[in-house]
Amino acid sequence: MPEERHPKHADQHAKPHRTTPAADETAAEVAVDTAGGAMSPSAVPASAQSGQLPGGPDTLVRKIFTGSGVVSVLAVLLALVLGGLLIAATDQRVSATAGYLFARPTDFLSAVWDAATRSYVALFQGSVFNPRGASLAVRFAPLMDTLTIATPLITAGLGVALAFRAGLFNIGAQGQIIIAGILAAWVGFALHLPLVLHLLLVLVAGIVGGALWGGLVGLLKARTGAHEVILTIMFNYIALYFLRYLLNTPAFQRPGESNPISPILDPTAIYPQIFGSQYRLHLGFVLAIAATILVWWLLNRSTVGFEFRAVGANPKAALTAGINVSRSTILVMAIAGALAGMSGVAQVAGTEKVLTDGVAATYGFDAITVALLGRSTPWGTFAAGLLFGAFRAGAVQMQIQTGTPIDIVLVVQSLIVLFIAAPPLVRAVFGLNPRRKKPAKAGKTPQAATTGGAA
Amino acid sequence: MKNTLRAKFKRGSMAGMASVGATALLLTGCGAAPDAGGTATQTASDYTGCIVSDSGGFDDQSFNQSSYEGLKKTEKDLGIKVNQVESKTNNDFEPNLRAMVAANCDLTLTVGFLLGDATKTQAAANPNSHFAIIDFAYDPPISNVKPIIYDTAQAAFLAGYLAAGTTKTGTVATFGGIKIPTVTIFMDGYVDGVKYYNEKKGTSVKVLGWDKAAQDGSFTGDFEKQDVGKQLTQNFLDQGADIVMPVAGPVGKGAGAALNEAKAAGKDVRMIWVDSDGFLTAPEYKDIMLSSVMKQMGEAVETVVKEDKDGKFTNTPYVGTLANDGVQLAPFHSYDSQVSADLKSELDQLKKDIVGGKLKVESAASPKV
Repeated sequence: MPEERHPKHADQHAKPHRTTPAADETAAEVAVDTAGGAMSPSAVPASAQSGQLPGGPDTLVRKIFTGSGVVSVLAVLLALVLGGLLIAATDQRVSATAGYLFARPTDFLSAVWDAATRSYVALFQGSVFNPRGASLAVRFAPLMDTLTIATPLITAGLGVALAFRAGLFNIGAQGQIIIAGILAAWVGFALHLPLVLHLLLVLVAGIVGGALWGGLVGLLKARTGAHEVILTIMFNYIALYFLRYLLNTPAFQRPGESNPISPILDPTAIYPQIFGSQYRLHLGFVLAIAATILVWWLLNRSTVGFEFRAVGANPKAALTAGINVSRSTILVMAIAGALAGMSGVAQVAGTEKVLTDGVAATYGFDAITVALLGRSTPWGTFAAGLLFGAFRAGAVQMQIQTGTPIDIVLVVQSLIVLFIAAPPLVRAVFGLNPRRKKPAKAGKTPQAATTGGAA
Repeated sequence: MKNTLRAKFKRGSMAGMASVGATALLLTGCGAAPDAGGTATQTASDYTGCIVSDSGGFDDQSFNQSSYEGLKKTEKDLGIKVNQVESKTNNDFEPNLRAMVAANCDLTLTVGFLLGDATKTQAAANPNSHFAIIDFAYDPPISNVKPIIYDTAQAAFLAGYLAAGTTKTGTVATFGGIKIPTVTIFMDGYVDGVKYYNEKKGTSVKVLGWDKAAQDGSFTGDFEKQDVGKQLTQNFLDQGADIVMPVAGPVGKGAGAALNEAKAAGKDVRMIWVDSDGFLTAPEYKDIMLSSVMKQMGEAVETVVKEDKDGKFTNTPYVGTLANDGVQLAPFHSYDSQVSADLKSELDQLKKDIVGGKLKVESAASPKV
């Protein structure tokens, strides 16, 4: 990130971005070229060599986030195939038939096929449609569960995606969800207010909590130049341990009990269930759709969103163009935090209805994956959230029907991330890599070129 | 140039891997095919017992694992069917429980207070299904949920008495994972056992790590970070303690590591394990294992499942006590010769007194039944 090279000026200038961009750029180039003075300058400046400067518009991280949609789909496919092989490898019948593979290979092959397909059929039945349900309502219950689980993933994912579009790697969704959860839950169980007003206040408390926690990171980054990855990770810890402390105080415990679990939220503070009480799906999902539209509008139609994207593409150019980079950093982190805050509210007012130290589950980190898979676009994130919701919902049926460990589902998810983070790998597997094109084209995959050269 | 070299290397390694793989297949795949025909294992009973873990999973070396193993043993002993589902996060509780009910479980076992609300909801929605929950009780009770709880303080009291009777430095210690009642109940009993010894013998053995009156003491903050347990234990050793009882699941291994090091350095230190007999379940520390405060979850699970299978389900809590061997002080194993006969008979007498009600062991976390 280009900002890291600023701090040497930071003590002279209150705002690091106030240095003359041109001079700063030259200094940065020299620093890259000479490895910070450790080497003598090369004949050709680093910026003119093959590949691009890490600070340029085509950083690795940026590549990862904005790889083509085809790669996302292929990555999912590849992960599913590998996951199927893993399932087969852990299956008892497969290992039994492998013992006489050469005597009767069909047994082995059919066992492999069976193990993998049974698991994926169960995954589908647990996440979309269960044909064995007694009534139509029961048959669609898995889909409702998928949408329920997807709700916090979508909003937190949007937060991560938005911050990324502004060039910030927001690892802090976890902490933002926790702080939002604390505030929303407290308003939910400690205050007793009339219907509608109570829920509204819960929602506002959560969003404000998340926005503050995220905005604080933005503020620290804009004012001091501290890196947002470190800040957000540390803020996650602060939030988690603060939550654990609170849950050990009587104010956050049930009267007469000393378990670290809060009282149940008032019925007036709970999201209404959209399709009646037989499904868990709650109003939070509608709000998640609204948030997706809002983020789409913000990014593609509003001035603020244009500024975010400009800062994300090249902060120095944005600064030169008269965009207030500090303000954008703070604002985008606050909005990202507010979106993650909606996930916190969905947790305490939607599904959990209590505050425990597991309130954020792993949504804050899954949100990064969701944003990656969605290529940081609002609707891409929405779709990725649905997919991950389906994985999670289906994993239950997979465990019960076939005995496949839930960890396999997590392995599949992790494989997806791995493949998305390495587009050349996926393209290589499917034979899509451009076969040694002209040198001019080499710039298209600068990272592969540079790392290949280094190895 | 480099690329061609790499390609060659790659092809070479691929061929190597393929041949290794093929050899492995040849070696393993030579068995004879079994005769076609049904080899399906017959289950003797249509009864299905199910279990839902909390986010610790069935390999937590703590109550999820003990309960799961108990149910697995029941599967073998009683010929029932078993369904299990692991929760990865608190969000999984409700869907997991619903799926268990949908899978026609006769009895669904849930583990830990975190599942309390979800179990209550599902029990109310499915009045014909039976549930049992470990380490949690409802007030007021629910008609189709049987709580399985433990008066661990009774056995921990004996452990405290034993520690006070065998300490050489006059200082013993304990610490917990997270400050929750199922943890502090161990520490309460332990402290009381030491106090009782002091009263009887006129000694002044000190306990580090837990203040029963203030209900506050040393905790590692979770059940994961073994290094924190190690640090705490080293602190206790520096303050003169020679016996430590960690009540922190796997974090107890951190304490074991610190004590092993101290023993290797020539100090006479010992550990008291919790939940299971550590001499058997944590053999890497058996040289320092004085005894263990055991919670017999497997037996409890088996008892409850058997009762339900025989149509004798009740919602009366199963309370593990010294009287029904639900909680116990484990054998001394290799330290047997170092515990004096007098102390052993005193411990036996204490156990009888507690079982007979002559001696009351009280803890704020004791089951209120």
